[in-house]
Amino acid sequence: MRIGKALQLAVTLLAAAFLLVPTIQSVLAGLTVNYFQGLKSGLTLKWVIEVWALYSGSIFLSLGIALACLVMTLLIGVPAAYAMARNPGRLTRALEEFISLPLAIPGLALALALLQLYGSYKGFRLSWTFILVGHVLYTLPFMVRAVMSVLAAIDLKTLEEGAASLGAGPARRFVDIVIPNALPGILAGALTVVTLSIGEFNLTWMLHTPYLKTLPVGLADSYASMRLEIASAYTLIFFVMIVPLLLAMQWASARAQRITR
Amino acid sequence: MSSRLFVALCLVPLAVFALTFLALPIVRLILSSGEGEAGWGIYLQILQTPRYLTTLVQTVLVSLAVTAAALAVSTTAGVFLTRNHFRGRSVLLSILTLPLAFPGVVVGFMIILLGGRQGLFNTLLPGHVVFAYSIFGLFLGYLYFSIPRVLLTVMAAAEKIDPALEEAARTLGAPQHRVVLDVLLPALAPALIAAGAIAFATAMGAFGTAFTLATNIDVLPMVIYTEFTLSANIAMAAALSVCLGLVTWVILFVARMFSGTTVAAGG
Repeated sequence: MRIGKALQLAVTLLAAAFLLVPTIQSVLAGLTVNYFQGLKSGLTLKWVIEVWALYSGSIFLSLGIALACLVMTLLIGVPAAYAMARNPGRLTRALEEFISLPLAIPGLALALALLQLYGSYKGFRLSWTFILVGHVLYTLPFMVRAVMSVLAAIDLKTLEEGAASLGAGPARRFVDIVIPNALPGILAGALTVVTLSIGEFNLTWMLHTPYLKTLPVGLADSYASMRLEIASAYTLIFFVMIVPLLLAMQWASARAQRITR
Repeated sequence: MSSRLFVALCLVPLAVFALTFLALPIVRLILSSGEGEAGWGIYLQILQTPRYLTTLVQTVLVSLAVTAAALAVSTTAGVFLTRNHFRGRSVLLSILTLPLAFPGVVVGFMIILLGGRQGLFNTLLPGHVVFAYSIFGLFLGYLYFSIPRVLLTVMAAAEKIDPALEEAARTLGAPQHRVVLDVLLPALAPALIAAGAIAFATAMGAFGTAFTLATNIDVLPMVIYTEFTLSANIAMAAALSVCLGLVTWVILFVARMFSGTTVAAGG
């Protein structure tokens, strides 16, 4: 029994070390003068500054696309989640299954499909909206599911009937009843959308153009062609952006889940 | 405006978007796969060309190995973290779920930092230990992003198991390995199937990690990528994509029938 527990602890610690050690290495490598000589060569912000000079455009592009993606998923996803929560049934389940396809089909295959159909429309193909379409495709199911699960847990029908009997029309009920009640789900969905959009690579790599590099595309670029310190400093910047988002996303999802129970 | 009409209108943006950017592109992809010289025989050609067949087998084998390893590691850690509350537990949990938000490329870089030419192992151990660019490196990369996904699914299920069941088995004199085999694992089975399906499907479709490690090992997503960009063999790239998408979708769909939701993302 004792040995069993010690063994479990050992496996847990080993797994944590496997995940954590390289991230620490990457943070350190991004801040040391010469990684090959180790920490004794001194700490510096030189690499971070150099990354900013080289790649700040990619960081802003990623933030812009993530925000645009959030707006799109809100506009498309929240009303749809409401309609689907109002009509639970086989058709809704089929629709949910269909829009969730981008979670099951690898991004590379989806990107190929988009390229096949729209690749020849150069104005669209070469603009940032082409990348945006890929990101919306991939993140939309997360928004729809997050909002739907919250709406399914509350007694939407009674609330709406109450408002209707007081004379509120359907649009008014949507704004005053549905959205406030769905807020925890919307928040969880929104944080998930932004986190996933900033980190998306598999679709983006196929959809991007040389003039439109997002953060992860820039990362791949630096891994292939830059010295280890620069690649690490760039990864460090990515961590600084993504880790708080991930923690907020986990907090918001746990909060939304408490409602659905 | 009637309530019915309003609810129907709420679905319009989604319907338009899904039709334009999901349904039609998928149809186009399937049609493109049949537009090569071989026509629809291209799917037969995949099975008859040794290079594609080896790739297919290799991808399935690596994905299976990753699934088995991730299940073993994450079930052990997940059950341990559910049953034991100690100082530092939440920190450990955070560390173990952190890579959820890492894109495949970053995971590839993590493996390079461990096993690359300037990697940790190569610096610490004499004898030049470089494994990042081998099939073992690929395996480790896939394991890296699978551990958090499997862990969360297993923990959600483990929290719902009544510890009294195990205590009862123990009072009746069952040794520890029987408790695990006869009580714990059957109770976890639906979650393990779901988590295994997620791990397998993600590994099958993982592109970013393989791309960064730039291994000499052919895995399906890399072959699709080279067929499309280097060989400009559009029909073959499309056909392989259709196969890959079908396999991952079917696996996740079947797993969902056994248990609750499965969401695979990234890689």
